[in-house]
Amino acid sequence: MKKFFSYVVLGCVGLFMLFPFLWMFSTSVKPAGDVFKSVDSPIKALVPGEVQWANYGKVYDTTQGMGGGFARWYLNSVLVAVVVTLGQVTTSACAAYAFSRLQFPGRDKLFLGYLGTMMIPGAVTMIPNFILMRKITDWLRVAAPFVNWDAPRVISLFGRTYDVGRLVGLDSYFALIVPVMFSAYGTFMLRQFFMSIPRDLEEAATIDGCGLFRIFTTIILPLSKPALATLGIFTFLGNWQSFYWPLIMLTQDSMKTLPLGLLSFMGLYSTQWTLLMAGSVMMILPMIVVFVIGQKWFISGIQMGALKG
Amino acid sequence: MARTKRGRTALAGYLFLLPNLLGFLAFTLIPVVASLGLSFFEWDLFTPPKFVGLHNFTALLKDHDFWRYAFNTVFLMLTIPVNILGSLFLAMVMNQKLRGIVVFRTMYFLPTIVMGVGTYLLWRWIYNPDYGLINSIITHWFPRWLNDGISRLGVEWPPQWLTSVTWAKPALMFMTFWTVVGGYNMILFLAALQGVSPELYEAADIDGANRWQKFWAITWPLVSPTTFFVFTMSLIGGLQGGFDQAFVMTRGGPAGATTTISYYIYNHAFAWNHMGYAAAMAWVLFTAVFAATMLNWRFGGRVVHY
Repeated sequence: MKKFFSYVVLGCVGLFMLFPFLWMFSTSVKPAGDVFKSVDSPIKALVPGEVQWANYGKVYDTTQGMGGGFARWYLNSVLVAVVVTLGQVTTSACAAYAFSRLQFPGRDKLFLGYLGTMMIPGAVTMIPNFILMRKITDWLRVAAPFVNWDAPRVISLFGRTYDVGRLVGLDSYFALIVPVMFSAYGTFMLRQFFMSIPRDLEEAATIDGCGLFRIFTTIILPLSKPALATLGIFTFLGNWQSFYWPLIMLTQDSMKTLPLGLLSFMGLYSTQWTLLMAGSVMMILPMIVVFVIGQKWFISGIQMGALKG
Repeated sequence: MARTKRGRTALAGYLFLLPNLLGFLAFTLIPVVASLGLSFFEWDLFTPPKFVGLHNFTALLKDHDFWRYAFNTVFLMLTIPVNILGSLFLAMVMNQKLRGIVVFRTMYFLPTIVMGVGTYLLWRWIYNPDYGLINSIITHWFPRWLNDGISRLGVEWPPQWLTSVTWAKPALMFMTFWTVVGGYNMILFLAALQGVSPELYEAADIDGANRWQKFWAITWPLVSPTTFFVFTMSLIGGLQGGFDQAFVMTRGGPAGATTTISYYIYNHAFAWNHMGYAAAMAWVLFTAVFAATMLNWRFGGRVVHY
């Protein structure tokens, strides 16, 4: 009886969580005129009378003129999220190894410095970083005048040309990727994990003549797969949704990541709810897939971080 | 021999740290110092920066908009206790031997995972006054006497939601509740509850305690470290929050009703090119975050039972 009651509660809450998604999906496959039927009844609003998958193709077509549109924004998002994730995991793991296993002067003070900055609001560092990206081309023009720092670059692939933005500064992949590639939080989390690995194995390996680098790659990293996976998933999902930083770095449509692309799409088609919802579905679908696959690590990662943070 | 080995380890330490450290210096530590310096200047990025001493800070104290948006920020944070209690309740219901608990956990976590421009757009549509889901439910499924009664109280009904000065904040708060209630906090509470020994409840059963007494005497004290942690983190997040959703859903409106401090900083820095003033405000925000953390750590110890 008690269990039955629990199921009722859990089911109702589940419905509350899913309801908006159902509405999002049903809107995304409706014929454009049907979205106004919610005036007749909520049921008509939720259940599409006629399923029109073509809306998804239409999103692709209508955004083509916006610097390549959805396909391009997808590509940018994948590129940025993947590179940032790889970069953060790699640099954090190396730094965490140094902080947890190697003795060197100033180590603990540096680590405290890392910890201290984790509390600082993003807005504090965002302003100087923006200025840096805004001004960097001016400085480089003086320092290295033989390179054209301002020109947007184009590459040719398979007979087509693609804008790839500038080398550095605003509207560049550099600006989207490099400033967010280093994470104090990731370093902290991995250090805590490395500390919990027993040292016996390393000592045995040292006796066998293993160097520090080999210990890192053959003992520490394989043993830390769960922690690395957790950090990787967190970073990937966080960057896929990243909004503020790309917003101030980008003006050019072809350089936009999905969240910003969707935003400009909204600006142009603000009442085309079927298309907007189709775009939203396309944006969140990869996240749901990544989450469902990586769920196990994700949940344990949250608990691990909290227990030790 | 020992000396050289130690020297080699130290060198290796620096080398392993180097890539991360360079990034940390370039994009975190130096910018923090730079923004503090910047807060004493007036700079629009085009003309040379002008030193103005503490003027940005004194101007901030007299800036009525700043205080209004600070109020908005705090107002939006009023959902924090509700969110936390909701998460605790869900965790308690889930902390049983039930089949399919992973499915429920996944469902509840979904909004947290996908939160972003996609869901903000979705909620814009849900809150659409004419064709949105919520107003459709209100007009069709709410009994007439209820709808009439509410309008007679002088409340705007059915609400215009995001375009209404009265309803924009509650609309965002409800969306936040939906987003976070089944998220990180619930997972943390679930872990805390799983650490509570069942024998305590059995002992309480023998003593004839009812559900409510068991909650206050066992559950609440034993999860209090988690409650405390979650509350502190929500506070820190809340003080800095509100930009993304307001930018996508309301542009801070109507009439500034959903503009928060972080949005105001954005406007000054990136829309109006007031770099110094924005940096000063960012530092004031930092101070508030810092104070909130310190207060919590300082006084949290008294209400937390380990």
